[in-house]
Amino acid sequence: MAVAAAPAQPAAAARAHPVARLIRRRLAIGVVTLFLVSVVVFLATEVLPGNAAYAILGHNATPVRVRALEVALHLNRGVLGQYWSWVSGLFTGNPGHSLVNGQPVWGYVEPRIINSAVLVFVVGAIGALAGVALGAVAALRKDGWLDHVTSVIALAVTSLPEFVVAIALVIVLSTVIWHVLPAVSLLAPGSYAWSQPELLVLPAATLVIVIVPYILRMMRAAMVEALESDYVEMARLKGVPEWRVVLVHALPNAIAPTIQVIGLNFLYLAGGVVVVEYVFNFPGIGQGLVSAVSDRDIPVIQFIVLVLAAFYVVMNIITDVIALLATPRRRIAR
Amino acid sequence: MAVDAPAAPAAQPGQTRRIRRPQWGTLLSATRTPRGAIGLGLASLVVLVAVVGPLVAPNSPDALVTLAFGKPSGEFPLGGDSLGRDVLSRVLDGGRALLVMATCATALGVAGGAAAGVSAAYLRGVSDGIIMRAVDVILSFPQLVFALLLLSLLGPKLWLITIAVGVSHGPQVARVLRSATLDLSERDFVKAAELQGMRPVKVMWKEILPNLVSPLMVEAGLRLTYSIVIIAGLAFLGFGQPPPAASWGTMINENRDGLSLDPWAVIVPALLIALLTIGTNTFTDAFARVAIGVDRRPDEAALIEDLSQGLGE
Amino acid sequence: MSHSEAPQAEAEAGRPKARLEVAGLEVRLGRSGPDVVREVTFAVRAGEVLGLVGESGSGKTTVALALLGHARRGLCITAGQVLLDGADLLALSPRDLRAARGARVSYVPQDPSSALNPALPVGAQVREVLRVHSRTAGAAGDRVAEVMGEVRLDPPPEMLRRDPHQLSGGQQQRIALAMAFAGRPSLIVLDEPTTGLDVSTQRHVLDTVRSLCRSHGVAAVYVSHDLAVVSDLVSEVAVMYAGRVVEIGPVARVLGEPVHPYTRGLVGAVPSPERAEALAGIDGQQPRPGRRGPGCPFAARCGHAIADCATQVPEPVTVAGRAVRCLRAQGIQATQPERLPLVPGPPAAAGGPALLVRGVTASYGHRLALAGVSLEVPPRACVAVVGESGSGKTTLARCVAGLHGNWTGEITFRGRPLARVARRRDKDTLGRVQYVFQNPYTSLNPRKTIGQIIGQQLEELTSVSRRDRADRAADVLNDVSLAPDVLSSYPDQLSGGERQRVAIARALAVNPDLLICDEVTSSLDVSVQAIIVELLRRIQRERQFAMIFITHNLALVRSIAQTAVVLRRGEVAESGPVEQILGHPADPYTQRLMQDVPRLRPSRTHRPPGPRPA
Repeated sequence: MAVAAAPAQPAAAARAHPVARLIRRRLAIGVVTLFLVSVVVFLATEVLPGNAAYAILGHNATPVRVRALEVALHLNRGVLGQYWSWVSGLFTGNPGHSLVNGQPVWGYVEPRIINSAVLVFVVGAIGALAGVALGAVAALRKDGWLDHVTSVIALAVTSLPEFVVAIALVIVLSTVIWHVLPAVSLLAPGSYAWSQPELLVLPAATLVIVIVPYILRMMRAAMVEALESDYVEMARLKGVPEWRVVLVHALPNAIAPTIQVIGLNFLYLAGGVVVVEYVFNFPGIGQGLVSAVSDRDIPVIQFIVLVLAAFYVVMNIITDVIALLATPRRRIAR
Repeated sequence: MAVDAPAAPAAQPGQTRRIRRPQWGTLLSATRTPRGAIGLGLASLVVLVAVVGPLVAPNSPDALVTLAFGKPSGEFPLGGDSLGRDVLSRVLDGGRALLVMATCATALGVAGGAAAGVSAAYLRGVSDGIIMRAVDVILSFPQLVFALLLLSLLGPKLWLITIAVGVSHGPQVARVLRSATLDLSERDFVKAAELQGMRPVKVMWKEILPNLVSPLMVEAGLRLTYSIVIIAGLAFLGFGQPPPAASWGTMINENRDGLSLDPWAVIVPALLIALLTIGTNTFTDAFARVAIGVDRRPDEAALIEDLSQGLGE
Repeated sequence: MSHSEAPQAEAEAGRPKARLEVAGLEVRLGRSGPDVVREVTFAVRAGEVLGLVGESGSGKTTVALALLGHARRGLCITAGQVLLDGADLLALSPRDLRAARGARVSYVPQDPSSALNPALPVGAQVREVLRVHSRTAGAAGDRVAEVMGEVRLDPPPEMLRRDPHQLSGGQQQRIALAMAFAGRPSLIVLDEPTTGLDVSTQRHVLDTVRSLCRSHGVAAVYVSHDLAVVSDLVSEVAVMYAGRVVEIGPVARVLGEPVHPYTRGLVGAVPSPERAEALAGIDGQQPRPGRRGPGCPFAARCGHAIADCATQVPEPVTVAGRAVRCLRAQGIQATQPERLPLVPGPPAAAGGPALLVRGVTASYGHRLALAGVSLEVPPRACVAVVGESGSGKTTLARCVAGLHGNWTGEITFRGRPLARVARRRDKDTLGRVQYVFQNPYTSLNPRKTIGQIIGQQLEELTSVSRRDRADRAADVLNDVSLAPDVLSSYPDQLSGGERQRVAIARALAVNPDLLICDEVTSSLDVSVQAIIVELLRRIQRERQFAMIFITHNLALVRSIAQTAVVLRRGEVAESGPVEQILGHPADPYTQRLMQDVPRLRPSRTHRPPGPRPA
């Protein structure tokens, strides 16, 4: 559907240049987004009608607690001042103190970040490998029984809430049927997940089950599209052996969109850990967030939400850049 | 369905597949596919339970009538829950709010997201920039976290949960619709409308939107599934209807300590949620296959569009 | 190879055995579905090129792919032989077939920009043909360098390292040719390899193909919809219609003195850059697979058809040196095809110009598309704007229509300057300047009926009441020879030609003073193109509006316009009366274009109109 008007673009448009420019642009957008996110998180605490401290503490607040809260939230300063003291606190490694127990937020959240990161990256790695492999196989056996079975299962599993998958695993593996794995991942406070790897199994398994179908579907679709493309037909008409058609011609063109989806699933995991950590009582930031929300522990909520959002933004940039580098140039040049 | 220069006859097998016009017809033919029939059947079954359930429940959902985690018996076929309430009655009573909230959240998110996405793509320029930055910001919060953030401040009010979930859908819908609209706005029939001096709002409403019905419906189906997942998840985390009320998500959480005593108190609500989401998602998938006829759903296609657009500029 | 051009006339004696013999080829939709291609039989000798011509849907690409033992998804080769040097390719095991592809038989695709792998450098893609057929790396490298020379793509080494998107369309097609010739095959199948290329590039590619086939003794099958291109290149031609070869023989016979009514129709539809002739299209549509009735598939569109044609499938008969599938071949051969000279339109009216373009400069972003273009459209006249892709012709049309706002200069319509974009023009002006888009597949909203589409035009731009709109729409549809029942159809229920007529009807509905036609026939088959051009000419004569006719096809210009403007890279290379520009071009660029335009060559002398067959 070429519009004849546009003069042919200069054929040898520089190769590295636009990507570098794009990376810079993505970074700039990322920084802006992060700033806006911090403003939103901060303002969210400001939209409370009336005295925020009372709103948080409820009607049976004692004057002492109200006063403490006001100081903690810097409610006695102007909005800009409050924002500034909060943000500068973030940059100096002092995101404030918990309202519940008065402990520094950083000390409470830091081991949880590490635990969640371990969980997310274990799940991401296993899920990506399994999803890509299954998706590629399903595409190569398109319309075969394996393809049908995986697509039906994938469809069913993508529909399920994480906590349903988690509960199903608990029922099957920990309580009702077998008792092979612990139903909760209780860790001593401040200790790290790798000290007891068996505690990771059920949370990780839940999340892997949840993300694999997405990656599988995308990989399959991208691979099918590549296998039905003109250049794959051309390669076959050139007498290229089938293994080479798949590995050299189809795969490199299918991988870029899949990278996007793998990245998206890391992002998804940032939300998915909340429920799964809660189910298994796994001491990560997700579980920390749920209890902070129950306790209305504003500084902890602010910090955890910001950490998750920052992870989201950074991961987004990384994904985009990798996907850009993996995208064959023709798709880009239109 | 690009038809360029005189095309190869290999295009012909595809020619039998025409764009089906009346959308209800597409919906109908989706129900005739095996997937569509199964999906619709599962979803209707659960909706029936949720709607009719409260009318036929044998006991009051918050009456303490049996033992905590009491074994299933003739009188209480699914046993008792953590406080000794009748699980069956609570199951029958616990789905209605979920359905209503999920439907409202979906409608809100799809309508708002579609409006934002279509105008961003068609108007381009400053509107596009502002809308897409806002989308980026909301997208930076995982949906559940976004809802939790709002709830943490105002408390778990049902209307707030509905709005929070709806708003968190908006950006995703906007991205998908923006990408579909970008493609459409370059089509000549849109230019033809501009040459008639049509106002932009009218062009979007009369020329572009009718061509987005299929992706919109797929998107709505997808978002409905996610709304159910998130709202039930919030209830599971303890942010839902306040305690005495029955809700499937809450029941799973309340009763999981007694899994070895009365597993049905967990299994049945979990199964109902699962059947509902599988049903809606499967039907959506069947519809997408019939209406759009590709392996890739619009949300997945939008990803790739975004990728190539980022580089095109 | 020893064989060089044997004189065509001495066909019977002493000719080498055919290199390729195709017999009874049949391809179906699925194993037992309707046939897509049936009873296709032909032969090609070494060093010669057979042209396989037909319009879209005729099955020519399906035949081309079947020559390599390949069928697209959903299709099956169900019968026939493809004998290459005596051995049947279709009988080979998958392994042997793979070994033959690229080595003994190779393929040049229609669209190299999608057939070259975007993820691999072009050099690697050429080398791959040699490597998979077990040449050593060194030998392959030498051969790549050699074949690049053969396709006249003098390769600086870095060109081989480039990705496909970094090459121009012509370069991409040469890479595809290099891939095809690299393995020194016995047979090359070229599937519309010059579609989408500019005439000059097309000519270079054709020259390359011709000389390579001759010098290496390669047999070639050249698939094309363009009779002029084929007549220039091939020695024999096979005309396909609805999956069958309806006429086959030496090119001078088949295209010079066509017998089959379909071939006659096609030849009559080809515009000539030399003479102003009325074009004759073929009404109706080619039947799709599964909808081909029991008789001759052309019968429904044929002016010569008799009762038997609807029931009896014609077998090939030899008439005047070619084989024809037509029951009435003998009778028709005695008649002469009709070719009417053009009735000149009314002389340009006096008075100020309808449209005046002065010093218009336009750009897309930082890229200049038009640099100081001026032209004048007299009232009731048709001005053709011609140029290659990138010449800025469509940009000019879009500036005038108000679709492209980024321009400077002056465009005056009926003495009043036009606002830059349509949004700022009043409804009266919008109605008076109408635009017909290039692609009828995207210019009609697929969710609206034809009645709604035309009705909306009337609603937005005229004061016609709601009640009268349907009547008015039926009237304009009648003007473009469409029945009123089209009103309730959706665009996807119409053929490309019908859609373009609807688009024209939409423009005519508001009685424009200026009609801008932007490449309105470029996505249509040649027989449909002829109908559309004749339609536009007739309506313009009747309604006396001014017209700008944008085209890349120089040959069309004489059939429609009185004045021509040749654009070259955003500037006017030459403008003036059509006779002068096409007959005696002064500008070297126009001269080259005229020289490179493919012409329907085979000894076609001008004949007076013959008597109509009984």
